[in-house]
Parts: sequence; C-alpha cells; structure tokens
Amino acid sequence: MNGTSSTDATGTPTPAAPASATSPPSPTAPSPWEDLVTTALLGTDRRPAAYGRSGREAPLALLDEAAMATVRRRAGLRPARAARRPEPAPEDPRPALPTAAARRLATLLTDRSGGGSGGRRGSSPDLMELLPQWLAAANAHGYAAPPQALPALLDAARGRTDLRPAALAFAGPRALWLARLNGDWRFALRAAPGGGATLPDPGDAEAVRRLWQEGLFAERAALLGALRAGTPAPARELLASTWATERAEDRLMFLDSLRTGLSAADEPFLEQALGDRSRNVRATAAELLSALPASALATRMAVRAAACVALDRTQSAPAIAVEPPLECDSGMERDGVVGTPPAGRGERSWWLGQLVESAPLGTWPGRLGGRTARDIVALPVTDGWQGELHAAWCRAAVRQRDARWSRALLGSPSAPEAGGPGAVSLADRAKLLAALEPAERADWVAGFIAAHGLSEAFQLLGVCAVPWAAPLGRSVVDALNIARDAGSYPWSFSGVMGLAERCLDPAQAVRLEGLLAMPDEREDAAPGAGGYWAEAFQRLMTTLRLRAQMTEELAPAIIERPSGGAPREGE
Amino acid sequence: MTEQGVRWSAEQVLSLAPDAASRTAGGKLGTAVPWSGAGSGEGTVWGLCKGSGSRPYQTVVDLADPAGPAYKCSCPSRKFPCKHALGLLLLWAGDDGSVPASAEVPGWAHEWLTGRRERTENKQPRSEGGSGTGVADPEAARRRAERRAERVTAGATELEQRLADLLRSGLAAAEQAGYGAWDETAARMVDAQAPGLASQVRELGAIPASGAGWPARLLEECALLHLLDQAWLRRDRLPDALAATVRSRLGLPATADGAPVRDHWLVLAQYDTVDPKLTTRRTWLHGAATGGTRLLLSYGAAGRAPELSLPVGLALDAELSAYPGAGQSRSALGERFAAPAPAAFRPRGTTTAEAAARYGEALRDDPWLDAVPVTLDRVVPVPDGDLWQLADAEADSALPLTRTARSRPGLWRLVALSGGAPVTVFGECGHRGFTPLTAWPEHSGEAVTLC
Repeated sequence: MNGTSSTDATGTPTPAAPASATSPPSPTAPSPWEDLVTTALLGTDRRPAAYGRSGREAPLALLDEAAMATVRRRAGLRPARAARRPEPAPEDPRPALPTAAARRLATLLTDRSGGGSGGRRGSSPDLMELLPQWLAAANAHGYAAPPQALPALLDAARGRTDLRPAALAFAGPRALWLARLNGDWRFALRAAPGGGATLPDPGDAEAVRRLWQEGLFAERAALLGALRAGTPAPARELLASTWATERAEDRLMFLDSLRTGLSAADEPFLEQALGDRSRNVRATAAELLSALPASALATRMAVRAAACVALDRTQSAPAIAVEPPLECDSGMERDGVVGTPPAGRGERSWWLGQLVESAPLGTWPGRLGGRTARDIVALPVTDGWQGELHAAWCRAAVRQRDARWSRALLGSPSAPEAGGPGAVSLADRAKLLAALEPAERADWVAGFIAAHGLSEAFQLLGVCAVPWAAPLGRSVVDALNIARDAGSYPWSFSGVMGLAERCLDPAQAVRLEGLLAMPDEREDAAPGAGGYWAEAFQRLMTTLRLRAQMTEELAPAIIERPSGGAPREGE
Repeated sequence: MTEQGVRWSAEQVLSLAPDAASRTAGGKLGTAVPWSGAGSGEGTVWGLCKGSGSRPYQTVVDLADPAGPAYKCSCPSRKFPCKHALGLLLLWAGDDGSVPASAEVPGWAHEWLTGRRERTENKQPRSEGGSGTGVADPEAARRRAERRAERVTAGATELEQRLADLLRSGLAAAEQAGYGAWDETAARMVDAQAPGLASQVRELGAIPASGAGWPARLLEECALLHLLDQAWLRRDRLPDALAATVRSRLGLPATADGAPVRDHWLVLAQYDTVDPKLTTRRTWLHGAATGGTRLLLSYGAAGRAPELSLPVGLALDAELSAYPGAGQSRSALGERFAAPAPAAFRPRGTTTAEAAARYGEALRDDPWLDAVPVTLDRVVPVPDGDLWQLADAEADSALPLTRTARSRPGLWRLVALSGGAPVTVFGECGHRGFTPLTAWPEHSGEAVTLC
C-alpha cells in the first residue's frame, strides 16, 4: 500500500497522528495532499485543478480526492519513534497505605477546591483542614503515598505552603521525580533539600566538602542545616572554613542556621562575627550570643543592664528604679545594640530595652536583693518604666527559653490584667507560653479561658499542643457553651471553633452530645442563633468523629486481610 | 434477591455523582454523625440524614436492581442522586459499622421499595413483548421511515451544495465568515432530521479557531462529511453492514438487534462529554470470555447526569446486544443477571504498533471512525518536548497522546502511577493520537481512572 503515513516518509520521530496532516513530507515538491489543501484554501474558482476526471464539478472532485487521501493516510498511520525515556523513579521502600486510609486521602484531596468558600460552613466538616493532621499521622506511621494520589497531593501543597513539608515528606521520592516533569510543581524541588539532589552522607567528609565548596547557595544552605542538626561542631567548622569569602547576605543566612544546636562551643566563632563588616551579621551574632547566658557578650550585657536597673532605696516599700543609659558607646554597638531608635521612640529607652533583653535573666535575682523571678516581676517600678522593663524581660525569657521567668511574667491566668492590654501583650504571652511544658501551658490557657472567655484566646490556643489536654478541652467547650447561652452568633467564634475542630481530643466528643440539641429561642438572643450553634456543634462533633476514624484507619492492620471488601467489626 | 457480598469502594460510589459539587457535598455527608437509623440488607441501603430542618431526610438506595441503582430521598434537591444518597452510599462503602446489615427494612423505605420493585416487574414483560408488538402498524412505520429518508436526502443534497460552495470560494473565505454560517447550516441539518450531520457541521465551525494547521484539518473533515453525504445518496449500492454504519453516522434511529452476548463485562472506563443541551456518557466494557470491547451510550438532558452509571473496576454478568453497522462497537445493555461486583481480571494488552494497525483495519469497516478502543500492555508515558507519548517498554515505537489527553489531570495520574516503569493502559487510539482512559500498575493493583 502506498498510503503509508507522511510520518513514515519524513522519518522523523514526530507524533504520527496529529502532525501527519500538516507536516510537509519534503520542503521542495508539494505532495498531492499539500496541493489539495492549497486549492481548498484558495477556492477552486481561483485555483482550478485537474481533478475533474469523472466530469464532476471541480469542488466535488476536490472533496472526492481529499476524502480518499484522508482515509488512506489515517489507515496507514504508524507509531512514532519513542522519545528518550525518563529515568525510572527511585523505589519507595515504605509500606503501602491501608486501603481505607488511601480512600480517606482521596476524599480529603478531592475536597480541596470545594471547601473554604466564603459562605456559611454548614454542619459538615472542612476536610481540607484535616489534611495536615492526616499527613502528620501517615508520616508518623511511615507509609508510602499511593502513586496516583501524588498529583493531587502536589497540587494541594502548591496552594498551601504550610502543607508543604509534611506533604512532600509523605509524597516521597516519586513526587520529586514527578516534579521534574511538571513546571507547576517546581516548588517541590526548591523545598527538597539540595534542590532535589540527595545530600551526601554527613560521614563522607570529601563529598561534604566538595558540595560545600562547589554547590549552589540552596544546596549549601541545605547541607549546613542538615549537618548542624546532627553534628553541630563540624558544621560550624565547615562554615568557618570559608567564612571570609562568603557574601554578606550568604553569611547572614548561614549564621542564622547556627540557631539549631547552639551551644557554648559556638561562642568563639560568634564573638569573631561580632566584628563583621555587615551590620545584620553583627546583630545576628549578638542575638545568638545573648541566648548563651555564659557567653562573654551576655556577661558584658549583664553589667550594662545591671547599671541601669537597681532597687530604689528612697521609697518606703521596695521598688525598682530605672536609669536608662545616657549614650550608646562603640562597645555597645559592637555587641549588637542598634544606636538609632525607630521613629517615635526615645533613644534612651530604646537602648535600655536592648540591654535588658540581651542580659542573662540570672543576673536579676542577685541584683535585686536575692528575690525570685516572681517577686521581681511583682515589684513596682518607678517613673513609669514598668512597661519597658517587663517587655524587655519577656523578650529575654523567650530568647533564653527560661520557664521560671516565663511563668513569672505570664502571671496568674485569672488576673484581671491578663485579659486586657497590659505590659505583656497577647502575642508576647503566646511566646512566653512556648517556654513552658505542654501540660502547664494547657493549664494556663485553660485558666485564662475560664476567666476571660474565648474572645482573646485564639492566639494562645494556637501554641497549645495538639490534641488539647483534657482540662483545656473542657474549658474551651464550656466557654463555647457560655457564649451560646449569651446569645451571640457562632461565627463570632469561628476562629476558635475551627481550632477546636482540629485540636480537640476526639475523646471529648462525648461532652458535646448535650450541645447538639436545638435550644429554645430566647428573647434576648440573636435571631436564629440557636440553630446556627446547633449546626456549629454538629460540625465540631462530626469533625472529631472523623478524626478518630482517620487515626484508626491509619493503624497498621494486625491481621492480614484481603484488600477492600472484608467487613470489619463495628466499634 | 440477596445481600450483596461486597461493598463498593468510595470511588465507585463517587462515580455516580452527577457533578463535582455533588461529589464534594456527598463526600462531606459520608460520615456517621448526621446519620441515624442507617442499615443495609437485600441490596438496599437506607438511613435518616439530619439536615438543616427539624425533620431528617429519609434516604433509600436500591442497589439490587440489575438495571442500575435507584434512589429515593425526601430532600428537595433536583440532583440525581442527591448528596444524601451519595453520602449514605459512602458511609456504607466505608464499612465502619455505621451501616450495619439489618434484616428489618424500616417502613418508610419498605413502602418505596416494594412499590418500585412491583413497577419494575410489571414493566419487564411489557418491554420484552414490546419488540414484536410495539410497532402497531408496520405500514405506517414504513411510510414514516420513507418520509424521513426523503428529508435526510434533501438535507444531504443541500449539504453537498454548501460544501461545494465552500470549496469554490475557498476555506480562507470561510474563516472570515466565522461561526455563524456553520450554525445556520447545522440548523438546516436538524430540520432535515439528520442530527449526525448537524453535529458534524457544528464541529467544522470550531476548526478554523483551532490553531496552526487548521486548513488541512478542515479539509479532512469536509471531505469525510462529503463522503458521508455521498454514501447516503448511494446507500442502495452499499453492502448492508456499511449502509447501517452510514445510517448510524447520520444519526438515524436504530435498534440493537444483535444477538445478546452474555459475559462478565468489566467496566473499563466511563466518561461524559457535556454539550449545552446534552450530556453523553460513554462506558467501555470488556468481556471476560468473549474478549470483545463494547461501548454503551447513555444520555442526560442538560445538566443532569445520564442514568446509567457503572463504576470502573466492577464487572457485571449481563447480556449485551450490538447495534447494527460495520465496525461499530456500540451495544445496548440487555438483561443483567447480578449487580456489578468488583473484578480482578484485566483486558489483554497489545503493542503500540498493533494498536495503530488495529485502527487502520477498523477504517475498512467505518472510514469515519475517529478512534478504536485498545489496551496497551507494558507501555511507559514519555515526555516528548511539550507533547507526551506512550512508548513500548521493549520496542522503539510510541503513540503520541491526543491534545485532550494532554490537558487532563489524568495525564499526571498516569505518569505518577508509572514512575517511568511499564503500565497497562486502556484508551482510544485514532488519528489524533492515543487518549488514555484507565491504567493499571504493572503487577497488581486496582484500576486508576484517568478521565
């Protein structure tokens, strides 16, 4: 048959089918088909052709020929040459997901587009919000992602940066393989250590040195981060070996990675960085040193700060007197104190704040009459310096992760000033809470909610460990109940509700049973609020059940069962 | 009827959804909380779903009917199945004990079920006898068919005239004239009772805007339309089978009068093409014993899902009857002997070269054919510049993917499933390339839908 495809004639590996109709078989002599197309394009009136063999009208004769040519060419289509095949994706050695969990993942991922629209949320759970927890749990079990779910997973991670670390960890090596083929998922390669290339084994000194010397910035940053997490000292030495030749912005980034695994051993290096050409590098070095209470910088800062804060002996009752520094000398500047205050702040209070936040908190009991942190915080401060001083202590407590000072500065959760704007803002409180043990943190927030309600609690709840400890969960549920009885609408608490759906221990669902009922409308209540509350509680409950179910599905099967199908016992 | 041994999978349930919004809404209701009094038995699933009102919705699904699931819900939704039915089925599919097997069907569900099953049973004998007695007056029917044939002939003649005019003044002029002229011609073909011609003409209208190479594509399609016109005008000189093909291409009514073939039919793929007026659902079935691949078509009015829904990966023990015409894969679903059940077998695959040859051979029977159903065995999706192809794992030959396939998210599911390793792929192979519809991992594993 002479009707083999034009693909065949050109011998190119172009796709056989779509191109065959259009690609000229040779650039010089137009093929009969080309000629037909040209005539058709111009019209037989303008370009009479010699098709009238059968005595038919020219256009119909042209169509006869074209029909024959079309069917002939289609019938003769052959496969194209294969293009270069991609390298196979690396093996994923992790075990496959249990069937039910794989199904759940598919459901969570399908909800991506539907959920989160601006409207009222109704009583059904917001599945997308459960994806982070699901991923964390699946990662904890060490399961491999089902390959066909990877595109949806990558799309989800693309839209939500907060999902990326967990989603990519779960997606595993095949997702990186996939991301190299699709520009939409390039973020996965950036997020992956070493731009998708595997990092050398930390023990392989030669490979580490080579990557450090020759790698791109992202690869080097990833390498340093990885080394620092495992073996802090060699990581620092690696950085020190090329420190003098690094660019200022790279020095800043690398220095920042020393935050992980920071120890007294880093002090000489950091002390040297205090003399750096770049002001930002100096400031970061100073900040890191001040987090080491035994460092020379911390000691210098302690001396400077102590000079400004003393017991006021002129008063009858004990009080703290503050005398902020008169100048910012070159020594202070070298230790990272910024001389020029931001607009609207006095120079002297600005300097004081920086000295106190960098001084070890251990300085103060000795300086202030042997008092404990709690007593010191309770002391009055003269001349209106309390705000400035306490705020600086807060920053110091956060930086030095000092639980005792954090506790003292947080004060009692039920104290009236805890709820309002005090010396310590809610944002600061949230940071201080992070220094406490999870149980203590949950207790404090529970106490706070019991005393002040939910309106200010959102930020504080955000730092509590998930799932919430029992007292905290109780406190939140009770407060929601009170809010409902107060007659407001549930969406005033949508932030807390959303958190509760994600963080409340599913075991607490029992406590919600009583809240699902539709309450009688009260006269002073907002119209229809009762129904909305019932709906909101229903959603909370549904979500909790769903979370419990999700966790259960992810548990590895104890007995091997045939996949799918086999009915399980109900709980 | 007995309790089905196997519950469906969530994907199979979700494939019943009429649209994406229902999938999402149904997915959210697939949890135990809003449901009470749920149970299943005798191929039926029922439950009460708490909605925004004070009375819960009563939802029943009858899965035992071999003609496909039937739904009843007291909610006001016009979607079919509604989100409550989907949610209930998902809950049932999840098999976590919230839909226990129960012998006792509640009264409200029972009432509907018995009513429905009685109606179906009454209907069956009538429809079985219908093929013989349905035509009340054969003479009148013959006259009607003749009148229609005359109108189609007038339409085909007119279309020939229009095509001739088009080529006389040139395709370039047609591009400037735009879409309107095509729409008008299509309307004329509707008047001529030749819906097949009308839809082909409408497709011609879209070609000038389809990018580089459009003149060649437009000429190809015009020429094939011309071929169809000519075939109709000389149908008395065509072999019977080809004449039947021409009739079906023109959109003339036909009955599936082929001998019923009973087999275990594996659902290979199911996808919808949506048109402003009509949703067409194509379902590819593969016979375990016969080895044939058959096509079922079902239609839904604008915005409604076609009623027939067969989840991919299930197999049904049923009879199919072929529609007349050479090279036609279309069949009608006849009697079903059991509800669909999960199946482990796969269609037997072939190579890319064999797939291309199969399309070429199929054109002998039906020169208007765009693609044939093919299962490719051991192929690897390979990027080729901006294009993609499916390459044989062992040979240096490959089929390019069609433009449709490249723009679907399913492409990436296929690539992810393969990971550079060979997979089995079912799809449609034609002159535009290959459109993958379903894939299976190399050794074992469930079918992954790509459309």
